[in-house]
Amino acid sequence: MTATLRGTTPARGAEPPRPPTRSRPRGTAALRRHVHRYWQLWVMALPAIGFVALFAYVPMYGLQLAFREFDFTAGLTGGEWVGLKYFEQFFDSPQFWTLMRNTVVISLTTLVVGFVAPIALALLVNQVVGRRRKRFMQTATYLPHFISIVVIVGMLQVFLSPSSGLITRVAEMIGFSGTNLLGDTSAFVPVYVISEVWQHAGWNSIIYLAALASVDPQLYEAARIDGAGRFTIIRHIDLPALVPTMIILFILNMGTVLSTGFEKIFLMQNPLNLGVSEVLATYVYKIGILSNQFSYGTAIGLFNTLINFTFLVVANQIAKRVSNTSLW
Amino acid sequence: MRLSALKHRTGGDIAFTIGLVVTCVVVLFVTLYPIYFVIIASVSDPTMVATGRVWFIPQGISWFGYEQILADQRIWTGYRNTILYTVVGTAVNLLVTLPAAYALSRKEFSPRKVLMFFFAFTMFFNGGLIPMYLLLRDLNLLDNWLVFILPTAVNVYNLIIARAFFEHSLPEELFEAATIDGSNYFQFFLKMAVPLSMAIISVIGLYYLVQHWNDFFTGLVFVRDYDKQPLQIVLRDILISNQAFSGGAGGSGGSGGGSYAQQYADQIKYGVIVVSTLPVIVLYPFLQRYFEKGVLIGSVKG
Repeated sequence: MTATLRGTTPARGAEPPRPPTRSRPRGTAALRRHVHRYWQLWVMALPAIGFVALFAYVPMYGLQLAFREFDFTAGLTGGEWVGLKYFEQFFDSPQFWTLMRNTVVISLTTLVVGFVAPIALALLVNQVVGRRRKRFMQTATYLPHFISIVVIVGMLQVFLSPSSGLITRVAEMIGFSGTNLLGDTSAFVPVYVISEVWQHAGWNSIIYLAALASVDPQLYEAARIDGAGRFTIIRHIDLPALVPTMIILFILNMGTVLSTGFEKIFLMQNPLNLGVSEVLATYVYKIGILSNQFSYGTAIGLFNTLINFTFLVVANQIAKRVSNTSLW
Repeated sequence: MRLSALKHRTGGDIAFTIGLVVTCVVVLFVTLYPIYFVIIASVSDPTMVATGRVWFIPQGISWFGYEQILADQRIWTGYRNTILYTVVGTAVNLLVTLPAAYALSRKEFSPRKVLMFFFAFTMFFNGGLIPMYLLLRDLNLLDNWLVFILPTAVNVYNLIIARAFFEHSLPEELFEAATIDGSNYFQFFLKMAVPLSMAIISVIGLYYLVQHWNDFFTGLVFVRDYDKQPLQIVLRDILISNQAFSGGAGGSGGSGGGSYAQQYADQIKYGVIVVSTLPVIVLYPFLQRYFEKGVLIGSVKG
């Protein structure tokens, strides 16, 4: 009875105002009671909360270093306020546009190609008839995902070596002599992106295959009876079934658009390709850690994170408006 | 039955099937051949590899590369360190992640919405490299082996997957029955939730394990002391910085008989790739049957 009364607005309005002390405990009192009753759950959650607070939120708090003059004695959050000095320094530096261009080119190419490839692969694998053959395709294509980045770059180097590399030799056989893809500035982005696809397309296709597995078989039968060929079925049944997953993954990838691949890009860098391979993330490492310009490095890092975050929010809003699918 | 199925086939379908088979073969070849080539090149005569006579079958078996690798102390130190970091790290990961995931999956744990936001926010926003570096410096974790364990103790993505699994696949009746039998949250978690969730635990364990095994960043940025460096840093030195000949089998590729030394350097590299990647590749088929079950339940509803 009380529940129904409370549920309707006029009844709630008619209720006499209670003295604050008599009402349900709020704030710290409620928390204390909750902790007392469910202390075991709190004990279980606490280590994770502690680690995240320390190793994720304390660095966020330390971001104010971007607006301060780093002082060795004062540490993470000490030092004089200098406002936007370091941001201005970065925007005015000759490096700025090169870094922005390289970062955006590498990220957007990876985003687009790396987004399409797993979908295509999932559609392909899904067409394979027979459980065992399908599973073999899947297992084989996600094998490279487990190879470390260092080994991937090592493989690129031995395969692309101008003197003895496998790919160099194949290129010679089909008429491209004297190729040195490791030193060619126009080859850096293709080599980076193609090796990304090679490594991750199989793994990233798993989630799409799961979405395809949940398509109602009756849809296929109906399409078949209507005389649809297999391409038509892929276009009108399979692809639409993947759209919600595609949107979520696209938004998530969008949020990392500028911070992709620090490790791999760093490992692939050499003096010949630095003009196209230096990105914000590698620059932060060099400025901040290798040359100890902590405030400047933090400012560039924060700039990077803010742009990532903006991309994520924008992508999420667009997805929400266009298709009602969104992260939040 | 078969015949009637064939009758319904159109010419387009047959062409489609042929195209499908060809595409699959090409995809498989492109994916697997580089790995296969590395393996055969690591046991072939390096001169024959360099001159392009090794394609599908190893030629002039030579164990030179592996002999050099086995004699190289750096590889063993790296291996030992990585195994230590991987075993301890994964154990810590699971000990922290699983109980938290379980607590967050309980509906009566009312702060869970706030806490989920607290965790998930860190997936999209972070302090970046320099504040992290300074924090680890203040905590005396630079050059300390715990830096491989503690900062990555919780991976929020894995936490969310585990929480979704606990929430959707542990029947509430089970918990009620256990409560009537007098078990508390700890006991229920250990005796019911964990044994019933081995699928998701192995998936998450494997994620963490691979993450530790392949961790290159931590060693690069936060550790200077070479004796504490993991395998990936050692691999970087051998594979990418071309420091293959610490044992003194030749100069690092530079002047003089450079191309001759390069072949041996390459063979060592092929061998190193095999030696360092094999454990992970051998391990994953054993856990892979859990993948579909575990990951999917987690990711679809996460």
